[in-house]
Amino acid sequence: MSAPITPDRSSLWRPKRAASKRVEAVVKAIFATFAFVSVATTIGIVLTLIFETVSFFTEVPIWRFLTDTAWTPLFANKQFGIVVLISATLLTSAIAIAVALPIGLLAAICLSEYAPARMRRWLKPALEILAGVPTVVFGYFALLTVTPFLQSLIPGLQGFNALSAGLILGVSIIPLVASLSEDAIYAVPQSLRDGAYALGATKRETIVSVVLPAALSGIVASFILAISRAIGETMIVTVAAGQNPTLGFNPLVPVQTMTAYIVQVSKGDTPAGSLAYKTIFAVGMTLFIITLALNIFSYWFVRRFREKYE
Amino acid sequence: MTTPQTTKTSGFGATGKFNVSLSKRYNFDRIFSTAAWVATLFGLVVLAILLVDILIDGLGRIDWAFLTSFSSRRAAAAGILAPLVGSIWLLFVTAFVAFPLGVGAGIYLEEYAKDNWFTRFVEINIANLAAVPSIIYGLLGLQIFVRWLQPITNGRTVLAGGLTLSLLILPIIIITTREALRAVPDSLRQAGFALGATRWQVIREHIFPIALPGILTGTILALSRAIGETAPLIVIGAVSYIAFLPELSPRGLQSSFTALPIQIFDWVSRPQTQFHTNAAAGIIVLMVVLLLMNASAIYLRNKFQQNRR
Repeated sequence: MSAPITPDRSSLWRPKRAASKRVEAVVKAIFATFAFVSVATTIGIVLTLIFETVSFFTEVPIWRFLTDTAWTPLFANKQFGIVVLISATLLTSAIAIAVALPIGLLAAICLSEYAPARMRRWLKPALEILAGVPTVVFGYFALLTVTPFLQSLIPGLQGFNALSAGLILGVSIIPLVASLSEDAIYAVPQSLRDGAYALGATKRETIVSVVLPAALSGIVASFILAISRAIGETMIVTVAAGQNPTLGFNPLVPVQTMTAYIVQVSKGDTPAGSLAYKTIFAVGMTLFIITLALNIFSYWFVRRFREKYE
Repeated sequence: MTTPQTTKTSGFGATGKFNVSLSKRYNFDRIFSTAAWVATLFGLVVLAILLVDILIDGLGRIDWAFLTSFSSRRAAAAGILAPLVGSIWLLFVTAFVAFPLGVGAGIYLEEYAKDNWFTRFVEINIANLAAVPSIIYGLLGLQIFVRWLQPITNGRTVLAGGLTLSLLILPIIIITTREALRAVPDSLRQAGFALGATRWQVIREHIFPIALPGILTGTILALSRAIGETAPLIVIGAVSYIAFLPELSPRGLQSSFTALPIQIFDWVSRPQTQFHTNAAAGIIVLMVVLLLMNASAIYLRNKFQQNRR
């Protein structure tokens, strides 16, 4: 009765507004720094590549890099024709794309349009397993299983060749194409299909002339991502395509891609600052520019051609 | 079928009358759907052949001695202990670095950041990083972690490898974190704010626990990608012949290392078939590790979906 209750009670709980605000600001600053790490990574990649590449071009003139027709930086008679490595990368990637794009797109169509819901539920994870196989395993498979098999069909095929590396590289990116294209195709509203059926189109006609054009931006984005994956892939081509820089597009002989060259130099004990050390950054820069150009094109294409439906 | 010369596009035959030629179109349909099914099964058949092939090649080679011996010049005496332990080290270092960084960045972008040019720039940047070839990350790691940060990492070590792999999977973790946070209904946030909680309190107490299983699933999948990566580790200089294990202390971070994919690559590149058998056995060990990781991810996902119901 004597002491007033209210003030005591109110002292039991006091929100520490000032402390909360301080914690809030600190947490936000820390997380913003973490988000900045990704930007720093990009800056780091670009600066690292530019720094060593510029240093490379002070020793080797850029015109030699672009116009030489042989790639022998590790020999006494040094030649620096990047076109040799690019031709090999284009060759393996072209074979891979010829496999992965049609098969991946058809698989995406099947998953989205033909497969019953129950089958779809286990087909998609099954394809994801294929996507999760490490590339060095695909390399083993290409070198020791696919190449001997192809040699029994094609007489002139050598032990290391662009053909089997390219084929298995293609298999390894099928899930990427299938999964991303399937997302795009699945997102096309049902009303468009119903409209096509109402006009008397068959299922295939509906898919080919209505659904696929509507999903075009997503499909092209998946194609471009697959192409840049094929160009940047390392282990399959290193293990199965060989280490032999030759200019030309013969899929039956050993070739050396840009990525395989970087591995070849890295495996040896190359001292930092040597010319060989700098070449891998020049080659990496070329690789980075090619994939970046593809990304920018993809970004532009998706923004330009995206179809939006309710 | 009365007018055989119908053109597919117009549907008008030689007689000038409209002809739907349904049976022909249905034939095309059947061919098309068969092709689609064949394409879907193609990937799975190749996967099955690959798995069976590797099991046949390598299963007989796996025994306790293989798992507990160091590498050797004689194929029959070689084991996989150092690479296995090295991969586990890398797994922990990568998880320890990439998880907080990726989740923090994801929380910032999803919960705090305003929709301005900087946020959009970071988003485009993350999407772009996810498409950079992994070998480029190796070059980055070689220059920054192996050379510039040599006093900390001690050169070509477990720490340098783990940091490089962390940067490699960071974009994936950020993207999955954001997706998991986006799936948490906004009403929960509003309820928290209405009770006077700050944004961080709402995230810590309510949003993050709900999103956590989704984030963990994505992180485990990203880590299993990191464990299978070979190219960046070769570039930063993992060695393929190591006859010791990193010390089980912080100093172990500064010891040189090898990893399962590196050892497999080394064995595949040798001409002798006995080493190829070793490679197949190494692949089986690697695939079992990946399988365990993926199984735990699926387990988490299923548990999460049941709880939501």
